[in-house]
Amino acid sequence: MMDRRGFLLFTSILFLGNAHATPAQMQAAMRKVLGGATPRPGKVKLEIAPLIDNGNTVPLSVSVDSPMTSAEHVKAIHVFTEKNPQPNVLSVRLGPRAGRASVSTRVRLADSQTVHAIAELSDGSFWSGSADVVVTVSACLEDGFI
Amino acid sequence: MSGRRAIVTVPKQAKRGEVIEIKTLAQHAMETGYRRTQEGVAIARDIIRTFVCTYNGAEVFRMELHPAIAANPLIAFSTVATESGTLEFKWSGDNGYTVTETAGITVV
Repeated sequence: MMDRRGFLLFTSILFLGNAHATPAQMQAAMRKVLGGATPRPGKVKLEIAPLIDNGNTVPLSVSVDSPMTSAEHVKAIHVFTEKNPQPNVLSVRLGPRAGRASVSTRVRLADSQTVHAIAELSDGSFWSGSADVVVTVSACLEDGFI
Repeated sequence: MSGRRAIVTVPKQAKRGEVIEIKTLAQHAMETGYRRTQEGVAIARDIIRTFVCTYNGAEVFRMELHPAIAANPLIAFSTVATESGTLEFKWSGDNGYTVTETAGITVV
């Protein structure tokens, strides 16, 4: 006979287990962007509050250290999560006409996790940055059923 | 989702070469496709997929959106004020969703 705790654990695994991407899926999504290259840590600043009450709207900004000239600029910025149902969050294409390599938006986070950002530079190099977040009310749990 | 509204904030005037901040907000539920009704029926995905900003016809910024973007997507970015003219913003997504907004800028 299953006790209450066991039942809760079982149901939470049942409902959440399949819905979430895994770090492996995130790595696969990153590889698609990287195309065999290895990102170097640095240049990318991912800003997101370390403690989040509500995972449904989480302010997130990414900025990349670059002069943004036609000779040296950021071509693309990608953001990934390891525990949302899908690893991709956003992909941005920009160039010297952006003036600054930065983007801000609001995202959904399903769980406490590490959010990753990758920037592709005009010289073909890739740089990465990440941020750890603790989410108290998950985006998926709260409105999984309406 | 009832309306198809979007708001953009662009400075009316800027100095040549100045980096200006642009903020955009589109009205959209961004239905993830991962939710279910109480009866267990899956709710189909309905999101904005792409956002493009053009400056006098030239693309300066593009973003691909995924279900992890919160409802009523806010997108803030920057561009260099190169010449007077028009900035065009276009959102497009599932179920034939398209919204276009424009903003004029005077560069001195």
